[in-house]
Amino acid sequence: MIMYLAKRFLEMIPTLFGITLISFFIIHLAPGKPTDIFSELNPKITPEARERLEKLYNLDKPIMVQYGLWLKKIVKLDFGDSFSSDRRPVMQRIWDTKKPLIERRLFVTFMINLLSMIVIFLIAIPIGISSATHQLSLYDKITTTVVFVGFAMPSFWLALLLMILFGVYLHWLPISQLKSMNFDSLPLIGQIWDLFKHLLLPIFVSAFGGLAADSRFMRSSMLEVIRQDYVTVARAKGLPEKTVIYRHAFRNALLPIITLTGLSIGGLIGGSVIFENIFGIPGMGQLFYMSVMTRDYPMVMGILTIGAVLTLAGNLMADIGYMLADPRIRAK
Amino acid sequence: MEKIFCLLIVFLMGFSLVGCKGRPEATDGQSLVSITGEPAYGDALAEGSIGEPSVLIPMLAGDSASHEVAGLVFNGLVKYDTDLSIIGDLAESWDISRDGLVITFRLKKGIQWTDGVEFTAEDVMYGYKTIVDEKTPTAYSEDFKQVKKAEVIDRYTFRVTYEKPFAPALSTWGNLVVLPKHLLEGKDITKSELTRNPVGMGPYKLDKWISGQQLVLDSNKDYFEGRPYVDQFIYRIIPDRATMFLELQTGGVDMMDLTPLQYTKQTNTEYFRKNFQKFRYPQFVYTYMGFNLKHPFFQDRRVRQAIAYAIDKSEIVDVVLFGLGSPATGPFVPNTWPYNPNVKKYEFNPEKAKQLLREAGWVEKNGILEKDGRPFRFTILTNMGNALRMNTATIIQWRLAKVGIEVDIKALEWSTFVNEFIDKRRFEAVILGWQISPDPDQYDIWYSGKTKEKEFNFVSYNNPEVDALLEKGRRTFDIEERKKAYFRIQEILAEDQPYIFLYVPDATPIVHARFKGIKPSPIGITYNLPKWYVPKSLQRHRMVP
Repeated sequence: MIMYLAKRFLEMIPTLFGITLISFFIIHLAPGKPTDIFSELNPKITPEARERLEKLYNLDKPIMVQYGLWLKKIVKLDFGDSFSSDRRPVMQRIWDTKKPLIERRLFVTFMINLLSMIVIFLIAIPIGISSATHQLSLYDKITTTVVFVGFAMPSFWLALLLMILFGVYLHWLPISQLKSMNFDSLPLIGQIWDLFKHLLLPIFVSAFGGLAADSRFMRSSMLEVIRQDYVTVARAKGLPEKTVIYRHAFRNALLPIITLTGLSIGGLIGGSVIFENIFGIPGMGQLFYMSVMTRDYPMVMGILTIGAVLTLAGNLMADIGYMLADPRIRAK
Repeated sequence: MEKIFCLLIVFLMGFSLVGCKGRPEATDGQSLVSITGEPAYGDALAEGSIGEPSVLIPMLAGDSASHEVAGLVFNGLVKYDTDLSIIGDLAESWDISRDGLVITFRLKKGIQWTDGVEFTAEDVMYGYKTIVDEKTPTAYSEDFKQVKKAEVIDRYTFRVTYEKPFAPALSTWGNLVVLPKHLLEGKDITKSELTRNPVGMGPYKLDKWISGQQLVLDSNKDYFEGRPYVDQFIYRIIPDRATMFLELQTGGVDMMDLTPLQYTKQTNTEYFRKNFQKFRYPQFVYTYMGFNLKHPFFQDRRVRQAIAYAIDKSEIVDVVLFGLGSPATGPFVPNTWPYNPNVKKYEFNPEKAKQLLREAGWVEKNGILEKDGRPFRFTILTNMGNALRMNTATIIQWRLAKVGIEVDIKALEWSTFVNEFIDKRRFEAVILGWQISPDPDQYDIWYSGKTKEKEFNFVSYNNPEVDALLEKGRRTFDIEERKKAYFRIQEILAEDQPYIFLYVPDATPIVHARFKGIKPSPIGITYNLPKWYVPKSLQRHRMVP
């Protein structure tokens, strides 16, 4: 088993290398340069100044050389300095060790995704199970429709509608960002309550879109499991239906969800870009969007690499989870 | 299952108990705008911005968000008055030698950096040395490279000597070059702590900067022009405009820039009229259609004039900008001193256009004009992603088709556009914009010698009289003399039409009505931010010690 894990771990290294290589070339293929913000034809900014800045950023070198320079740093876990005019290290912008945890972008994104994943589990799994046990009933049809509406609805649109309803009309919830302006003056309990209010809509929006996949997988795998012989046996033993479903069928039906969770981490990070911008949440997704817009290559590469590592880690965790849950795999 | 739903409902209901301390709002019949009161200290102003500042040292910053915040923290030796004349800021006064080569600034005494150290001429010298240093990544060094010699005469006197008289020189001594020497000397400025935690002597000082969220600035109680009334300035970063507009309505934001749609439609309600004040003034930019004057079609001035007559500028302003702008007549902003209101205006007149084209030898064949067997067909290039320019091009295409000129439109990605088409002169016509600096010197754009690759006279405009006037305008400090030169330049440009000056868009900010003392001017509204106030009865935020 340890051999297997070690092998999986080693396999991740070339994958990661491949991801960074392709990412690097693709972001450089996109038109535009970091120095473009200086070049909206302002007569005060001369072409010489522009060229000097390009040289400073090594943008005058061939792309292979640029990638080489980047790679040379990255093996030492140095993500380089951001191209934005503050020239801060990429890592400091993502994970500023001098700031409290809640002001570090990676933490914010990670926390929101984790919470929304928990919400997805808490809602999608019961929905999946009950629509499997009540297959083709009215309840099944309604939940199916609801989760698919969530899946199909553009999250930015839903977000704006909810902001208008809860923020502008009802005044129940704040509209954007993570903290109120008077956050620092609140007592601890008030701060937690404040954070909670700010997080409610973002988490709801990101979870609502993710319900469909988990609940449908849960439903179909449950349907498969409850047709198995051992479930029939359990019923024949005279066990109550609840025990049959939750004790015997449920565990086995859960296996595909583990795989799905591992794979969905990448998607969640991608989704962060959208809702963090709409809600003005200072996470990695917002930073990513701003960096792409200003062609801040080191920053974009840094976030992509971290995202790739997280996704690969998610896959690895799924494998481990699978092994823990399924003795058949452990035996191999 | 049902349990979960019940829980959710209870959960949501719980929120109805959450109160929300609102800002003062207009009650029936009474508008906040009409309530007045004595100036008072207190309250906070939250401005919404889609971009986050990157660095708060002005000379290193390239984005407008950085400059806006840094502008509240740092001062310059001089600044622009509301009529664009130059007045002293940190400088008490200055002398310009008779030949215009030497400027001697006398600094105000007793001004302190917010850390308590006195501001002196050494700080200016340090700033100057830094900006001309090759190692400083700044885009603004050109103006300072004209300086032949800079010297500190005494603690409060700073003198610069120029190679040639350079009228825009005075205006360059703004906040780009005043830095606290005692904190920065001997350090790499790009790595300095001050890039994110600046020490200035301006009306506000940075209290804290929460990345991706907000910058909080406290008023500088010892500000040398008097303590600002509003205690806090909060710069909130909200990347999505729709979200920001919702924040405006719920009190999260007191001031923001509106889009044309928001300005004309969404804020056109009773609620907004009573609770907000909207402003509108020309921005310091203009959009134009420039011709490649080397191209055979456009060498004839009559053709360019004909195209000017064939285009309805006010139609473009109405459709593209929702009316929030004004037709441009030349390269200056209306209502500023260099602007000449009495130049030839090309009122929309397709008949006149056709007549001029006939005179120039173009005859109509099957609905399209021809000359020497060549149909009048050309391409307008513009940059991708700018919807305003694209829409403008489309309207021009339609208008020109009516006089028999066929136009294609091509949008190109910015770098490609500039490097491959503008710099190499591979274009027939372009739609682009210029930022206008408050100083009227436009030597780089119109001087006939500035036509080499990458230089800005890419339309290859050449008029000896304009050359002489440009030269004159930048060599004299006498504002009346300069005005004469630039007025004449505008007359000639209007006659020559190397560009068709299309429009000057308006800035359209909105501010909550509890803020009083805002005096709109040609340079905007924020120039007197320290003098804005909220009457005691309307104050909303209380400072928390």
